[in-house]
Amino acid sequence: MTDVIRTPTLTTRVPRGQVRRFLRNPLAVISLAVLGVIVALAALAPVIAPFDPNFADIGHTLADPGGANLLGTDSAGRDVFTRLLYGAQLTLLSALLCAVVAIGLGLPAGLIAGFYGGPFDSASSWVTNLIISLPGIIVLLSVRAALGPSVWISMVAFGILLSPGYFRLTRTAVQAVRNELYVDAARVVGLSDARIIARHILSVVRAPLIIQTALIFGVAIAVQSGLQFLGLGDPSEASWGEMLGDGFQNIYIQPLLMLWPVLAIGLTIGSLVLLGNAIRDALEDKRVVSAPRTRAARTVVEPAAEEIPDAADVLLQVSNLSVGYPSADGGHTPVVRGVSLTIREGEVLGLVGESGSGKSQTAFSILGLLPSSARILSGTIFFRGDALVRGGIRDAALMKGLRGRRIAYIPQEPMSNLDPAFKIGAQLTRPMVKLLGLSKKQARAQAHALLASVGIPDPDRVLGSYPHEISGGMAQRVLIAGALSCDPDLIIADEPTTALDVTVQGEVLDVLRSMQERTGVAVLLVTHNMGVIADIADRVAVMRQGEIVETGTVDQILAAPAHPYTQALLGSMLVGREPLTPLGIGPVDAPEPVLNRADRALALAVADSDREEPLSDAAETALREEI
Amino acid sequence: MLMFTLRRLGAGVVLLIAITALTYTLLFFSSSSIARNILGEQATQDQIALKEAELGLDQPLPVRFFAWAQAAVRGDFGRSWFNGESVTDALVNRTPVTLTLMLVSIVLVAIVATALGVLAAVRRGWVDRVVQVGAVVGDAIPGFVLAIILVAVFAVQLAIFPAVSTIQPGAGAAAWIGSLTLPVIAIVLNYVTSSAQQIRSAVIKQLEQDYVRTLRSRGIGEGEIVLKHVLRSAAPAGLTVLSLQFIGLLGGVVILERVFAIPGLGALAVGATVRGDIPIVMGVVILTVLIVIVVNLLVDLANGALNPKVRLS
Repeated sequence: MTDVIRTPTLTTRVPRGQVRRFLRNPLAVISLAVLGVIVALAALAPVIAPFDPNFADIGHTLADPGGANLLGTDSAGRDVFTRLLYGAQLTLLSALLCAVVAIGLGLPAGLIAGFYGGPFDSASSWVTNLIISLPGIIVLLSVRAALGPSVWISMVAFGILLSPGYFRLTRTAVQAVRNELYVDAARVVGLSDARIIARHILSVVRAPLIIQTALIFGVAIAVQSGLQFLGLGDPSEASWGEMLGDGFQNIYIQPLLMLWPVLAIGLTIGSLVLLGNAIRDALEDKRVVSAPRTRAARTVVEPAAEEIPDAADVLLQVSNLSVGYPSADGGHTPVVRGVSLTIREGEVLGLVGESGSGKSQTAFSILGLLPSSARILSGTIFFRGDALVRGGIRDAALMKGLRGRRIAYIPQEPMSNLDPAFKIGAQLTRPMVKLLGLSKKQARAQAHALLASVGIPDPDRVLGSYPHEISGGMAQRVLIAGALSCDPDLIIADEPTTALDVTVQGEVLDVLRSMQERTGVAVLLVTHNMGVIADIADRVAVMRQGEIVETGTVDQILAAPAHPYTQALLGSMLVGREPLTPLGIGPVDAPEPVLNRADRALALAVADSDREEPLSDAAETALREEI
Repeated sequence: MLMFTLRRLGAGVVLLIAITALTYTLLFFSSSSIARNILGEQATQDQIALKEAELGLDQPLPVRFFAWAQAAVRGDFGRSWFNGESVTDALVNRTPVTLTLMLVSIVLVAIVATALGVLAAVRRGWVDRVVQVGAVVGDAIPGFVLAIILVAVFAVQLAIFPAVSTIQPGAGAAAWIGSLTLPVIAIVLNYVTSSAQQIRSAVIKQLEQDYVRTLRSRGIGEGEIVLKHVLRSAAPAGLTVLSLQFIGLLGGVVILERVFAIPGLGALAVGATVRGDIPIVMGVVILTVLIVIVVNLLVDLANGALNPKVRLS
């Protein structure tokens, strides 16, 4: 009756071990066993049942359980136990028919629509939407009025009504797989479409189809029982819904009569639902990785304590910070290990490393904005002498007080970091009203000035726009303005130019540089791009696999990178720049020349135009495996 | 916006025509023995022929359909073949109680499910587990079976509520309150956890969005983020779920009205179905399809108002 059938999520191919995981789930085993018993009883009904299902003993109606009638008799003197068994037969077989019809229509249509697209896709999607918008029971009532009371007919009709579920599921799955490399590869090898569908695509949709079918079986049983309960079923056949109706009529005289069909319907549908959930859990591996309560198992790397020449102007001091994510064995896998950083007032520190090196996690630790599953395992973070993190324990309230006001954040991806539902003006002014106590009007004027200062030519138009109405470069300027809005002491900029078009990157970088020079705010600039670092950073910390491998001034690091990884990072700026080698810049694998200032400037000019993120080893391996 | 509304209305009219024609065609094949059913077993062949001519049953399908459709466009849906009541009157008498039951229930479901879903998403913990388990239980027990259990426990055993409603067709709202309490509870219990679970997923999805982190970085409080930003972005998903629930409920009340003996639209539909009273069946079908179209249109408009991107296109 609840016609909202949750479409199971798609999972990739079924590896082994899932059957075992499924069988370890006690609910799965119980529901399978219950269903097995019900199927067996239904199949053996003619053997077990003591009476004919329609044999009526008029002198022995509404009898209590006992004697020849194990569960008593109904209002016509028919044996309840017998009718329950035959009812099971009818219910299961007709629900099966319903599922077969739904799959028989939805699956092929979804395969064709998803695989070939085109007019068939549009047409079948239109029909699907039409069917979905129909109120099911009303349609079944019309079908009953037109074609009679047979449960088989109504289950065929209901199967048609349910087929969109299979259609959508298959179509989505096929569309997702169609353009996968292995399907392309199969096509190149010369496999026919039919073979590709059979081998690669059906294996992807198989699991969700099984889950969907378990649920649909339940819905079919519920709906047919409902119709029979209404007295719209075939009176010549024993059915659970009809028994329920009979029991309901006699609820004051023989309440037990209702109990048996309720149990039968509830147990069957309940088992099917649990079975579907258990299969889904087994496929999704829903073992909740619970975070261990103790932080005993720490993987702490002793830090090389960084020298702070003049401790007086230290703004942010991170020492020995480790951040981990829950792992399958119940511990934590550290992604940041023993990181120490210092940022002085007004200084720009570049934190550089490739994706996955832990640089963003370090940045989010300082903001107190790590994902909820992450955990700070150890370390301290001091901001102007206040401990944001001490001994691995966060002072959430202190962090909250500083966020926006003292420590601000410029994100990587401009579009996804603005709420699409609110105008830019509202999003920019709200923090100023809340944190600085400005009036809305003052905040608006302030926002206007900020937008002008980050190089937006028409602040009024931007303030009145929704995020989707402005360009990515504009949006990033808006986010820079937002970070500046409450006059912070430290800005954490997480890859602020990476997501932008190459032509816009330089402009936004200019905005960042001039903003820093104008306000004197300290910046932690997280990036993978040495060119950006060279452009505006004072000092650099190089991160690799969760650890700081090298720290120094920009001049030191660029002129004489000590760590091989730093050398490789510097080299990566030049990847794919072979034609430029005549200008004196060596290829990647050549020993890094010690560059003088002029050469360095040249290398950086080249790097400026090469801001594509380099592929990490892991990504490259993954790509190769895909192919 | 206006274009969008008009386009959706146009699509609705097409849907209405398609379904009407389909249903009429289906029902046409069943109407062969209607005259005998109306007149009784002892009717003579002549009387039956006369009755069939009177009802237009001797005409071919297209002729009958267009005659019916022409009248329907003018607002005349004909009369019941069995008791002569005008279809419009029958619908007008029966619809208020059904719609009241549905609207009250769905509003309660919306409120409770939103509260539960947001709490489950933000706090996790026991609320989350209740929602998760509740959703499975809600799936496992058909709504009308739940209703029957409620009647057996609260009306028959404990006698707290009336087992059957005392509503007369056309009675006022005051008479409904006592009788509708148990049915409303049955519907809310049946629907609330699965809606809550959908809302929970939508809220969790929004909480993981980048802009939420940026709002936090700007010093915006968690309550404001959830209530103002997240809920607004999660609302379209919630509205869609609720509209599907509402449409499902159109079918659900048919059986619930039998359980609680409520003389509403569902009871009318069942009676007409059993007798083969085609004018009434057609009337019910048209009314439900209209309700579906209106609900879908309202949800689309609401989503458009919530999402500035949709609003423009």
